[in-house]
Amino acid sequence: MSVQETIFTSELAARFDKLVTIYPLRRSALVPMLLYAQDEKGYLSDEVITEIAQRIGITELDTRNVISYYSLLRTQPAGRYHVQVCTNISCMLRGANEIFDHCKKTLGIGNKQTTPDGMFSLEEVECIGACSWGPAAQVNYDYYENLTPEELDKVLEKCRASVVQEGKGSQA
Amino acid sequence: MANLVSHPDVVPLLSMRFGKGASALDRYLELEGYQSARKALEMGPEWIISEMKASGLRGRGGAGFPTGMKWSFVPKQSEKPKYVLVNGDESEPGTCKDRLIFEHDPHSVIEGTIIAGLAISAKMGFIYLRGEYRYLLKIIERAIEDAYAKGFLGKNIFGSGRDFDIVSHTGAGAYEVGEESALMESLEGKRGIPRIRPPFPAVVGLYGGPTVINNAETIATVPHVLRIGSAEYAKLGSERNGGTRLFCLSGHVQRPGVYELPMGYNLKKMIYEVAGGIPGGKQLKAVVPGGSSTPVLLPSEIDIGMDFDQVAKAGSMLGSGGVVVLDESVCMVEFALRTIKFYQHESCGWCIPCREGTDWLKKTLTRFHSGGGVNKDIDNIKYLAENMLGKTFCPLGDAAAMPTIAFIKKFRKEFEDHLDGKPCPYAHTAESVLV
Repeated sequence: MSVQETIFTSELAARFDKLVTIYPLRRSALVPMLLYAQDEKGYLSDEVITEIAQRIGITELDTRNVISYYSLLRTQPAGRYHVQVCTNISCMLRGANEIFDHCKKTLGIGNKQTTPDGMFSLEEVECIGACSWGPAAQVNYDYYENLTPEELDKVLEKCRASVVQEGKGSQA
Repeated sequence: MANLVSHPDVVPLLSMRFGKGASALDRYLELEGYQSARKALEMGPEWIISEMKASGLRGRGGAGFPTGMKWSFVPKQSEKPKYVLVNGDESEPGTCKDRLIFEHDPHSVIEGTIIAGLAISAKMGFIYLRGEYRYLLKIIERAIEDAYAKGFLGKNIFGSGRDFDIVSHTGAGAYEVGEESALMESLEGKRGIPRIRPPFPAVVGLYGGPTVINNAETIATVPHVLRIGSAEYAKLGSERNGGTRLFCLSGHVQRPGVYELPMGYNLKKMIYEVAGGIPGGKQLKAVVPGGSSTPVLLPSEIDIGMDFDQVAKAGSMLGSGGVVVLDESVCMVEFALRTIKFYQHESCGWCIPCREGTDWLKKTLTRFHSGGGVNKDIDNIKYLAENMLGKTFCPLGDAAAMPTIAFIKKFRKEFEDHLDGKPCPYAHTAESVLV
């Protein structure tokens, strides 16, 4: 099934065209496509779901049904930097709850909330596979390990700084 | 980047290329890479399977099923295509070993997949990575591309006249997908709901074809077994538990980390010598020996060899090799609650005993930990958990029930100390809010 007018960048559209052909069943491409679409668009909007359902050849309802199962997939925007703090057992034993608490205070938001400027969102997550290097967090896909509140502040500062940097770049 | 630690007792077999730049194909080839695949092509499927059986290698995902035996269950003749599926959905709390393999030695996973494919005469393999491991997906995608470019994958691999393709695949966040049948559902683009068995995947698996599903560590071990020979490999471990494995030490130890140690290595020694013991002069309180779903062990129970049989004999499981160490400051009720919160969050809801059981356990433990518990709750928690055992399609129900039962059985007094509005006797700084 070809899509005449895509809402994605031409790179991603080309990637999707290929992705649906590499599996014995077209539908196998669904979950990766949803995740890559989310990476580009920030979240799975109605338009994203419509196009992906069409590309795979399934209903939108079926697509939403799959989305609701996977914890990384979201149908609402998150912050530019999505801070995911693991509080599962290994991280908890090394102070993850304090790290999460520190995030709440520093960012002034609660679990699954976004700062008013859209810069940060915060989520308490389950094990991210950093148990021996806990407490750990992911900001978008990047791992930060052996965290202390001070280290975490540095990470957040880095995020803010890179936005400022990008802003300067676009002015130049 | 996840750091590596070492200790004189470490046996670097699976980890021999870690930290040596082996994600680059040329470097992998310099370090004896792809020799086992060539040998496997020369010797044929029966030899491969007999070597795997003789090696004593058992599944590193947690169940410990003999790998060679698993491969031998795949029918020789099949109308439908056969597949190899590598499980890199590592999500069991306490487990962070597959990450290191993909990061440092992605070609060993590719080579192991090719060998598994040759053993069962499959033409296609899939490497499934959890969605959170995006940086590893890039590494494995690059490695696969390089292997295609060299002619190690695709048509006529190694000039043998045989074809083999590998597709890497990302999940999107789901613990349950680490279970084999849910993994297949997920790869087919669906919710990761488990399938009833029989039929087993070896007969009816991915896309309805016979499928071998192995943990990433198991698959990465395969080339090493053929490289050093099954007898040598078996000798490294203990009886009926061949080789080495990556143990992930976490929690209250001086030197947490992932250590490759022989199967059967003493748990007490692992904690006190390899990982340097408990920090701050505190006493050991408990050990979760193989990921969060394995029953907790008391300090008096840890003088055991870490292999599937010895840990089972001690009343727990070797599981995924995630050793979580707890010192005396830990409130076991809080620890039990955090464990059950995880399973409640991850239950897919397909099987009622798991869906309802984890939910009620969470509710009861939450109330209990906040001081609202009464005496009969303790037996109720145990009763709820016992009624989940063996009543679900996939082992998630058991994984939630088994540790809960052990917490009550071994730390009943701590539960009693929380009764009738008494505040938790342990210090708390912040509460987990996950719901």
